[in-house]
Amino acid sequence: MLGLNKKDATFLLIVVLLTLFTPIIMQPFAANSGLDQFNGGYPDLMQKVAIFGIFAVGFNILFGLTGYLSFGHAAFLGVGSYAAVWMFKLLTMNVIPAILLAMVVSGLLAVVIGFISLRRSGIYFSILTLAFAQMCYKLAYSVLTPITNGETGLQLALSDPRILDGTNESASLPVTNIFGLAMNSSYKVEALNRVFTFNVGFYFCGIVAILAFYIAIRLFRSPFGMMLRAVKTNQQRMNYMGLNTRPYTLAAFVISGMYAGLAGGLLAAMDPLAGADRMLWTASGEVVIMTILGGAGTLMGPVLGAGVIKYLENIFSKINESVLHSWFHWLPDGLEHAVVWVFARFTGEGWHLTLGLTFMLVVTFLPGGLVEGTRRIKSLMARLRRPKAGRTEPKADDQPSPFKKPL
Amino acid sequence: MDGILLQILNGLDKGSAYALIALGLTLIFGTLGVVNFAHGAIFMIGAFCAVTLSRLLSLSFETVDPTKTDFLGNPATIKTPYVEAWFGPEFGGALIDWAVPLAILFSIPVMIVVGYVMERGLIKHFYKRPHADQILVTFGLAIVLQEVIKYFYGANPISTPAPEVFIGSFDFGMMLGFDPNVIIYPYWRLVYFLFAAVIIGAVFSFLRFTTFGMVVRAGMADRETVGLLGIDIDRRFTIMFGLAAAVAGMAGVMYAPILSPNYHMGMDFLVLSFVVVVVGGMGSLPGAVAAGFLLGILESFASMNEVKSILPGIDQIVIYLVAIIILLTRPRGLMGKRGVMEE
Repeated sequence: MLGLNKKDATFLLIVVLLTLFTPIIMQPFAANSGLDQFNGGYPDLMQKVAIFGIFAVGFNILFGLTGYLSFGHAAFLGVGSYAAVWMFKLLTMNVIPAILLAMVVSGLLAVVIGFISLRRSGIYFSILTLAFAQMCYKLAYSVLTPITNGETGLQLALSDPRILDGTNESASLPVTNIFGLAMNSSYKVEALNRVFTFNVGFYFCGIVAILAFYIAIRLFRSPFGMMLRAVKTNQQRMNYMGLNTRPYTLAAFVISGMYAGLAGGLLAAMDPLAGADRMLWTASGEVVIMTILGGAGTLMGPVLGAGVIKYLENIFSKINESVLHSWFHWLPDGLEHAVVWVFARFTGEGWHLTLGLTFMLVVTFLPGGLVEGTRRIKSLMARLRRPKAGRTEPKADDQPSPFKKPL
Repeated sequence: MDGILLQILNGLDKGSAYALIALGLTLIFGTLGVVNFAHGAIFMIGAFCAVTLSRLLSLSFETVDPTKTDFLGNPATIKTPYVEAWFGPEFGGALIDWAVPLAILFSIPVMIVVGYVMERGLIKHFYKRPHADQILVTFGLAIVLQEVIKYFYGANPISTPAPEVFIGSFDFGMMLGFDPNVIIYPYWRLVYFLFAAVIIGAVFSFLRFTTFGMVVRAGMADRETVGLLGIDIDRRFTIMFGLAAAVAGMAGVMYAPILSPNYHMGMDFLVLSFVVVVVGGMGSLPGAVAAGFLLGILESFASMNEVKSILPGIDQIVIYLVAIIILLTRPRGLMGKRGVMEE
């Protein structure tokens, strides 16, 4: 189906279903149940998960496949946002031209940066990309202020031309839409004591994310993907075999830059403003963290990482001391204060501490990320389930069979 | 001419900070082969050592002065720092005034312990792992350290003044025969530069003229052979890590009066220091120092109005631009050695 083998097709189908039912899945706790603050089914968070999923999938095409660790991907995200907002200002509030332009512009930028940075590898590549991203950030703050509006950030204004939309009589700012369907409109269903929000913006992001994910699967399974993996394994050998690897790595860089631009364009489409902060190197670090946490080089990993981080970020920063007190009120007083104090260090304001610690633990003990973690748990379960006596007998699966095609 | 001299002087203090951090980074990289993204955080912790010491010294108790009243009519309270009560107002006052330089003494043991714990506790386990893993785990560590400091000291910059003697500027141009009021230079920046020069000289002579330094240099060249000679090279490298941390920490302490310490100053400096290290050549100590001063001075030249009017915005990006040009024309940096980190 769609040029995928059966396993990938099922995988994609699962992803599609998960995406379409996200508003329901992320609302597992009934209202007033005390746990409803763990619900993530509000549009802003769901959109962010989808958008950063795209960003991380794109980053993974570069880092996961070729092993080139870019510390400057946020530049593409930021440029994509600026391009999209300019499209909203000048042409139309429809999001399609905006995200197309975002991809084109960030793709062009990626060609330039990639062409220069990919001359070096290893840490030099990381530093070069970092330097370029910081340059973009600093320029956006200083000289390019006419384009980027400096510290204030680029925003919509009533006086913008918007050629295709015609004149705007109303006194309020127009909203981003797709052929008339406003991005911020939602359809709410109250059922089972829960409120399910079906948001247009989320579904738009979700569908784009599915497309992006599908392209990534195809890319991973293609000869091109194989070539990129070969670059990661041993680039020198590839060169000795008389093959110029640079076009391949450059293509990977540009593709992943365009993914980042797409994500930036979508960010602007959900909330039409763009600031230079999106290009700061901490933003580049964030996508690195997402990809590693989920599992670099795997298909599902980056999406998982983006989802987990964005979800925890939203949930953790909401948990303040009073919430903690209400959780631990059953403890004796002194102990309660101690427990709340400890937990408060890691929640609310301390979310970044949790993030940093988790990230360190994952890099140290689980280099393959969450995906490898689940795999390990699975194999552990399988080992536990198998009876002890059976272990001495040779297993049929272990024997190489001429009739079975190896995977 | 005087304009050029002024810019060179202005670049020196920033260049010194870059050079000191880059020196530590290169030491760690050259000895242990680890790319340490947490080095900026060590610089930041150093700056907060200065904050801590000045706070400790000005801890005070309150006494009620019955003869005076404040504007609400209550008896006024007078705060007397403990050190002034113990050592007399003159010496105690001087101690508080000199908190920042004293913090160097305070920071050395702290930073060595921090460096030792970091190396033994975490980085030790990453020698055999790819460089990407090292970058990532130290990046995580940097976030953690930053958040810990943010919890204890808050998110706002804390101003930490230099001793009163060094506040203000002097007319450096007069000494060299220029017109008065052309080259005005703050005292503390000169102190910072001299301090950096002393530290850099000390590190170099330590490596050059002591047996310990000789062994470390031998280990940098060929770790295995040194190990085969029956020398515990790992222990020495750990000590070097502590030393590198102390250098960065002291750089941070002395920088506190120039830039009020805030919890993310380390990250800001780290990015630039990495650029400096790469420009100087990965693993080359003189390269790191030279590139640090070079980039610091270039940055201050680029912020001259004459330059800015020709190339707007150049002051913001000159370092990165130079880094890119150098990496493309001299792939190993200014003084890099063949075969270091090329993969």
